[in-house]
Amino acid sequence: MKALSASERRRRRSLLVMATLAILSTLIFGLLQKSGQNVTYGFTLDKEWVLIQQWVISSRTSSLLFGVISLLASAAAFLQFRAGRTIGLASGIGSAGIMMSFLSWAAAGKFIPFTGLLQGALLLSVPLIFGSMAGVLSERSGVVNIAIEGQLLAGAFVSGVVASLTHSTFLGLVVAPLAGCLISTLLAVFAINFAIDQIILGFVLNVLVYGITDFLYKKLLIPYQSTWNSGPTLSAIKIPLLWKIPIIGPILFDQSIIVYLMYGVIFFINFSLFKTKWGLRTRAVGEHPTAADSVGIKVNRLRFMNVMIAGLVAGLGGAYFTVGGVGSFNKEMTAGKGFIALAALIFGRWTPWGAVSAALLFGFADNLQSVLGIIGTPIPSEFMLMVPYLATVIAVTGFVGRVRAPAADGTPYKRGESH
Amino acid sequence: MSLELRGISKSFGALLANDAIDLKVETGEIHAILGENGAGKSTLMNIVYGLVAPDSGEILVDDVVKHIKEPSDALASGIGMVHQHFMLVPVFTVAENIVLGHEKSGFAGILDLNEARERIKKVSDQFNFDVNPDDLIEGLPVGVQQRVEIIRALIYDAKVLILDEPTAVLTPQETDDLLKIMKQLKEDGTSIIFITHKLREVKAVADRITIIRRGKVVGTASPDASQNELASLMVGREVELAPDKGAHTIGDVVLKVEGLTIRDSVGRALVNNVNFEVKAGEVLAIAGVQGNGQSEVARSMVNLEEHVEGSIILDGSEVIGKSVRESLHAGIAFVPESRELDGLIGSMAIAENLILDLHDLPPYAKGIQMSPSVVLSEAEKRKDEFDIRLQSVNDPVSSLSGGNKQKVVLARELSRPVKLLVASQPTRGLDVGSIEFVHKRILEERDAGRAVLLFSTELDEVLALADRIAVMYRGEILAIVPSGVTAQELGLLMAGVVHA
Repeated sequence: MKALSASERRRRRSLLVMATLAILSTLIFGLLQKSGQNVTYGFTLDKEWVLIQQWVISSRTSSLLFGVISLLASAAAFLQFRAGRTIGLASGIGSAGIMMSFLSWAAAGKFIPFTGLLQGALLLSVPLIFGSMAGVLSERSGVVNIAIEGQLLAGAFVSGVVASLTHSTFLGLVVAPLAGCLISTLLAVFAINFAIDQIILGFVLNVLVYGITDFLYKKLLIPYQSTWNSGPTLSAIKIPLLWKIPIIGPILFDQSIIVYLMYGVIFFINFSLFKTKWGLRTRAVGEHPTAADSVGIKVNRLRFMNVMIAGLVAGLGGAYFTVGGVGSFNKEMTAGKGFIALAALIFGRWTPWGAVSAALLFGFADNLQSVLGIIGTPIPSEFMLMVPYLATVIAVTGFVGRVRAPAADGTPYKRGESH
Repeated sequence: MSLELRGISKSFGALLANDAIDLKVETGEIHAILGENGAGKSTLMNIVYGLVAPDSGEILVDDVVKHIKEPSDALASGIGMVHQHFMLVPVFTVAENIVLGHEKSGFAGILDLNEARERIKKVSDQFNFDVNPDDLIEGLPVGVQQRVEIIRALIYDAKVLILDEPTAVLTPQETDDLLKIMKQLKEDGTSIIFITHKLREVKAVADRITIIRRGKVVGTASPDASQNELASLMVGREVELAPDKGAHTIGDVVLKVEGLTIRDSVGRALVNNVNFEVKAGEVLAIAGVQGNGQSEVARSMVNLEEHVEGSIILDGSEVIGKSVRESLHAGIAFVPESRELDGLIGSMAIAENLILDLHDLPPYAKGIQMSPSVVLSEAEKRKDEFDIRLQSVNDPVSSLSGGNKQKVVLARELSRPVKLLVASQPTRGLDVGSIEFVHKRILEERDAGRAVLLFSTELDEVLALADRIAVMYRGEILAIVPSGVTAQELGLLMAGVVHA
C-alpha cells in the first residue's frame, strides 16, 4: 500500500465527509421531500442593475438539483485527488451545493433574500476578520493572542463612549484602535518582557476587560445613558458604479467605512507578510527566533511592535459593534466573537486569506441561522443557534486536521536559553 | 584577518565557564579549539559572536579592540559563525534565509531576492557546494544546510569563520567533504576557528590546537601530537581511548528480531523489515547516522513505539504486545537516547530515580505504602557500586552532571535481573572519564554473558565495543559486518554505499 502523506490523508478525510454529506442531502432534502412547494430566491436589494429579480423553483427539484451538483463535484474532487492534484475548487462547489440543497429544503414555501443573506454574512464576519487579522499579526511573530476578545470589547466600549460624548463617529473610530492597543500592550509587556504563560495571560486579560467594562457600564453608561451611551453610528457609503454590479455590488460596495477599512487591512497584511522585509522578519521570529537573533534582528522588539499593531487592528474591529452598529454599548456585547476569530485563524492555518475565508464561513453560518429563524423553518431556532458553533468545532477539529502553527508560537524568547 | 582574545572571563552563577582565556588566531590558519563537553568552548565562541556578554576581557580584530555586543557587531567586524544548531528557518528558502537581517527592498517595499540568488550561485559554484537558492531548507540534507550557513558567512564577508562542532551531525563522508572545504577556505585567506572534541578531525586539518579544560586554556599543541597526548591534555590525566575487550564466551541466541517494521503516525515506514539476532555474551552494535531509524528500533525493544509489525523474541517469548513495564521485567535493561527526557525525572530525588522501575514492589513498598528507609539504603549501596558522585541521594537528579546522570540510569537498569542490555547513544555528551566508565560497564555485562544491543552514531565507540556491527541506512540494515572492519569501510556503509 502506498503510504499517504499527512496532507493527503487530510484531503481524503475531507473528501469522504463531503461525499457522505452530498449523498445524505440528495437523499433527505431531495428524494424524500414531498413535492408541491416552491422556494423563492430574491436577488435584488436596492436599485442596482438587475441581472435576475428572483428565481422560483419547486423546492424538491431545487434540492435534488443542488444535491446532484454536489455529488458531481464530489466525484470530480475524487478524480482530482486520484490524479494527485488539489481539490480546492471542486470541494468548494460541492460544499456550496450541499448548503443550497439544505437551504432549498429548509425554505420550502418561503422567500429567501439571497443577496441579503450574503450581505448579512459579510457584516457578521467583520469582527471575526479584524480579530483573526490581529491573530495573524501576533501569532506569526510568535506570541499567542487569546486576548483578541478583550481587544475587541475594549475597542467597542471606548469608541462607543467617545462617539457618544463627542457626537463624532470619526473620533469613535480613531480611539477604538488605541483601546485595543492598550490591551495588547499589556499582553506584550507580560508575555515578552516577563515571559508569562501566554494562554493564561490572554485569558486573564479578557476577564479583566469584561470586568472593567461591566463595571463602567453599570455605574456610568446606564445612569447617564443619554450622554454616555447613545452615540451616532456610521452610515453605509455606496461606492459609485461598483455598488450597481448585480448581486455582489450591494454585498461588497454598499457598506460602512469600517468594512472598507477592513478590505485595506486584509490586503495590506497579506502583502506585507509575504512580500516585504518586515514580513520576512516577522515570520522568522515566529519560526526560529534564535536564528533571527543571530543575524542581528531584535526579536523581542519586533514581537512587541507586532503585538501592538495587532491590538490596533482588533480595536478597530471592536468599533464595528458600537459606532459601526447600534451606536450604544452593551454589556459583554462581543459575546465570544474574539474566540471565534481565533478559531478562524487556526482554521485558516495562520494565513491572512485562509483566516478571511474561515471567518466568512462562520459569518455565513451565523446569518443563515438568523434568516432561517425569521422566515420559520422545520428546524427549531434553538438548534439553528447552535449551528455556527458546531460548524466551528467541526471545522477546527475534523476538517482541517492537525495544522502547523508557527514553530515558536507561544514560546518567549530569551537569548541563550533555547536552540 | 587575525583575531585575538585577551583575558576573557564569564561565569554563570557559581560556574566559571571561561577563566581568563587568551587566544590568538592568525590570518589564514585553521585553529582548533579542543575540549570536552562543558569545557567552555561554546560559551567562548558565543562571546566572540556577541550572543553572550563577557564579564571581563577584550576582543581584538587585526590588533584593534572591538566592542562586540550583538551578533550584528560581530558580522560587521568580519566574524561569521556556523552554529552547532543551525540558524536557519526551516520553512524559508535558502535565499530567504540568507537575506534575513540584510534584506534589500525594491518598489513599494517588495523584497528583492535576485541579488542574493546571484551571489549564492556564485559562491556555490566557486566551492562546488551544489546549493540551489530556491530550495526550502527543511527539505535539504543536514550537510547541505551546513553549506548554506557557510555561504551566508562568506557572502557577508566573514574573514574569520567559527565552526562550532560542525561534524557532530554529519556522516563520515560529509565530514570529509567539510574538512576539504575548510582547507579550500583557508587557501582563500579565511581564518577558521574549529571547535570540536574529535581528535582525528583536529589532526587532519588544524594548523594549531588550543586545548581548553574547565574554562581555562591548558595548553597548545601542534597537529603532530599523538591522539593520546591530545586526549590526556583535554581530560587532565592519562586516558585509555580504547577499552580492553576481555575474553568472552558466546552463548545462545537471546534476542531475535524478525521483519521489524515501524511506521510513524501517518503510515510512513521509518524502519523497514529489519532482521538481526544477538547472542549471550556478545555486543551487537547498530551503527548509522542519526535519523536512519535506529532510535525507533531501540524504542521498540521495550514497546515504546506505536505502529510496529514483525516479531521481537526475547529468550523464546514475544515482546511485541507487552506493556513497557512487562518488557522491562522480562529481562531488558533499557538506556534511552536522552537521559534528561526519557531516562530520568529531573525534579525527583536521585534515590527515587534509582527505583522508578520497582517502586511499587517489595522491598521498596509494602502494599500501597512505600518504605523510604529501604529506598535510601539501596540508593547508598548503588551510589558506591556505580561510583555516582553526589552530595546527597535526596538531591534532585537534575543537579548531577551528565556522566553521573548516566550512571544513575545504568545503576537502575542493571539492578534488575537482565538478559539483554539495550543502550542507545549511551555516551552522548559525556566527558571522557564518564565515557570510559560506561564503556567498561557495557563490556562487563557482555563478559558476564549478557546480550548487549548498542545503538551508536560514533564510529570510534562502535569499533571499540562491538563484536558485530549492523549498519542502518534509511530504515534498513545494509549489512552486518564483523568488528575487524576499518573505519573507512564503516563510514562508507553509514553513508549508504554498499560494495558489490
